[in-house]
Amino acid sequence: MDKIKVLFKNNIRQYGMGIALISIIIFFQLITGGILMKPLNVTNLILQNSYILVLAVGMFLCILTGNIDLSVGSVAAFVGAISAILSIQLKVPVIPTIFLSLLVGAIIGAWQGYWIAYVRIPPFIVTLAGMLVFRGLTMVILKGQTIAPFPESYQIISSGFIPDILSSGELHITTLVIGVILSIIYIGLEMQKRKNTLKYDFEVLSRPLFIAKLGVTVGMVNLFTYWLASYKGIPTVLILLAALILIYGFVTNKTVAGRHVYAFGGNEKAAKLSGVKTNRVLFWVYVNMSVLSALAGIVFAGRLNAATPKAGVNFELDAIAACYIGGASASGGIGTVYGCIIGGLIMGVLNNGMSILGVSIDWQQAIKGFVLLMAVAFDVYTKNKAKK
Amino acid sequence: MADKLLEMKDISKSFSGVKVLKGVNLKVDKGEIHALVGENGAGKSTLMNILSGIYEYGSYEGDVLLEGKKCKFKNIKDSGEKGIVIIHQELALVPYLSIAENLFLGNEQEEKGIINWNKTHTYTEKLLEKVGLHENSHELIKNIGVGKQQLVEIAKALAKEVKLLILDEPTAALNDTDSEHLLNLLLELKEEGMTSIIISHKLKEVTKVADKITVIRDGSTIETLVKGKDAITEDRIIKGMVGRELVDRFPKRIGTIGEVMFEVKNWRAYDPLNEERLVLEDINLYVRKGEVVGIAGLMGAGRTELATSIFGKIYGKNISGQLFKEGKEIHIKNVSDAIERGLAYVTEDRKTAGLILIDDIRHNISLANLKNLSHKGVIDDNKEIHVATSYKEKLNIKCAGILQKVGDLSGGNQQKVVLSKWIYSEPDILILDEPTRGIDVGAKYEIYTIINELAKQGKAIILISSELPEVLGMSDRVYVMNEGKIVGELEQAEASQESVMKCIMQSSKEAK
Repeated sequence: MDKIKVLFKNNIRQYGMGIALISIIIFFQLITGGILMKPLNVTNLILQNSYILVLAVGMFLCILTGNIDLSVGSVAAFVGAISAILSIQLKVPVIPTIFLSLLVGAIIGAWQGYWIAYVRIPPFIVTLAGMLVFRGLTMVILKGQTIAPFPESYQIISSGFIPDILSSGELHITTLVIGVILSIIYIGLEMQKRKNTLKYDFEVLSRPLFIAKLGVTVGMVNLFTYWLASYKGIPTVLILLAALILIYGFVTNKTVAGRHVYAFGGNEKAAKLSGVKTNRVLFWVYVNMSVLSALAGIVFAGRLNAATPKAGVNFELDAIAACYIGGASASGGIGTVYGCIIGGLIMGVLNNGMSILGVSIDWQQAIKGFVLLMAVAFDVYTKNKAKK
Repeated sequence: MADKLLEMKDISKSFSGVKVLKGVNLKVDKGEIHALVGENGAGKSTLMNILSGIYEYGSYEGDVLLEGKKCKFKNIKDSGEKGIVIIHQELALVPYLSIAENLFLGNEQEEKGIINWNKTHTYTEKLLEKVGLHENSHELIKNIGVGKQQLVEIAKALAKEVKLLILDEPTAALNDTDSEHLLNLLLELKEEGMTSIIISHKLKEVTKVADKITVIRDGSTIETLVKGKDAITEDRIIKGMVGRELVDRFPKRIGTIGEVMFEVKNWRAYDPLNEERLVLEDINLYVRKGEVVGIAGLMGAGRTELATSIFGKIYGKNISGQLFKEGKEIHIKNVSDAIERGLAYVTEDRKTAGLILIDDIRHNISLANLKNLSHKGVIDDNKEIHVATSYKEKLNIKCAGILQKVGDLSGGNQQKVVLSKWIYSEPDILILDEPTRGIDVGAKYEIYTIINELAKQGKAIILISSELPEVLGMSDRVYVMNEGKIVGELEQAEASQESVMKCIMQSSKEAK
């Protein structure tokens, strides 16, 4: 019991936000008379927030180094425009279009990363410049107009669903099968981890607690896939998101590269003196951010089924807010990818719930701003409490 | 019988269930200099934080009596109004404001919200005169040295009609001349009736200025030594602090010195801010396996610059010269090269350059050698915990567990974490820059023992320290540095305070 207490205390910020997310969901579920959690709406929620979550993952790394990237919205718009020109005007097939668009993102990232990491111009300034430059360039290449529509295959990534090979009418069986497969993989991995930990004679959760933990997680996963299955199944973009979250969760937690980013944010000088190649870390963080911005741009253009000069306005602020709400520290070195995703979902559920209720967009802005402030205030409060 | 100014009675204070202070008593008379000594973590700072209201009334047990009246401070402002001023180790000055602006910060010479600058500057000059600081009151704080900044802090306290001045490690960052000046100032102020409490690890200073010395150990008052009544010597104080007699401040080293491990030849480097200025001039030195070589010198002699220019060229421009390891020339372009070649550098500034304070002990220890813990870039968590735990035990790091944040540890334990990190990087050559700065006698002894253990394992150790007794007590051989040059090399037998100073004086004379 004490252990759970300690575990809870150490992770209160993250659990706290998880609890906040669940409370917000329950709140809107009740007040909207159950519309929020309808399978259709859950699917919508995922589609609506996918690009912000993609950005939040990249933004998290920037914030981890103690910086931010203001250019992501403009870069997303710019890459969306490029992909529209390639795909619609030049009739380039979808896969090369996506590949080339991501490459453009990488080049933009290398450009910004160069100024940030090697010339050491503050990221705020470089990316503020980038925000203006790429917004301008977007308008230039689109000549101020909207280009539409994309070929259907292009839209799959943003608004498609996985095909139901085992179709049976009512339920999307493939989705259910995926849920079961995921559960099996998860159980396997957890058992493996437990065995490894035991090998070193470290303490592990007691057997009943362990089984309970597995049971709850597996239950949640399958409930979720069942829910999706009763509409159109798993959206393609959810697979993309899940892959990103898993990959970045793994990289930040388990790899040397990830540890170097944390070390950079925690104390750049100490990291450098410990052999971390700090300039290189900073460079790659910004390359990565722009590639993910490009990906978000592709997803957004596909969802809108158009490339417009005004795409992606304020995306950077949503992504930054998601990270801060999710527990990342503005001074760097603290936070998790999962936290940022939770932060992004809180914003998403708020948006969606308020829209269902018919709250005007102006009020939505104000409320979101207030939530951001409260989240950070909660963070500061718990930190001070921990000190005493 | 002098008047009692302050009495702290049976003060107890707990942090999350751990009792840090257990009924401490402190009595300070008017017009005396009262020293508070004790090991790191003994509770000195906690006691002072209670006195200055940082820990508010009610959060501790016991009474604080100022001139016989009970004080209920809620914050530092309350205690300031009663004339208690605390000067922390980390100075609270604004670098881009002038001396005068800093002096009256929060205490502006104003009329209806408008600052009277003439009055401010005249008053500032008077105060600067009093503390013996000859600087223009318009000078920016960032342009004057740490020693002078300390004087500004004291002047700032004087501007506020201070009754009781508390100085926390005032000389920790100062060189000998500046320390001397500061201590003399304290004595002068005492003549004028000022009461002060001084916290210091430098026992030599304590014995020089203090009228009374209160020793705190493990949150309890052990004793109060009174000048003239008790014999006040460093050994006597240390005995009180650690609870036993330290027979030897430097543990004996058993081991054999082997072949030459590392050699620096004709090493030159220029100032990165001013490429004309030669900072290191034709340095030649070597260190053998199992040998501890000390580098002595005054502040600004170029010792840290030498170490950091060797260790991955972090410092310096246009560096030239050769490095040899076991007779073979090695080339080092950056820090990771240096680590790969078996070098380790323990920085003089553990808080800003040695540790990631917001991260835990485990991650700090593994940072310089993640290669050893990972396979294809993926870190083995379990192995990492294993490594951290074993160093925690080996080096006796006192902590709640390896998941504790490094920032919450005491100075001595933080230094052990830094040492663990570098020992785990498996170096052959260790450069230790001020390894015992700001840590107490007991922890120092432990660090010396670790150094000896490393030497015994055949590692080559370069020890840089501003404390001459430490260099002399620990080294097999001593290089003396002055103004970017090696000006002397002394074997252990011939090395002494006098011979080291002689080398420095001679070279300074020649330069003129």
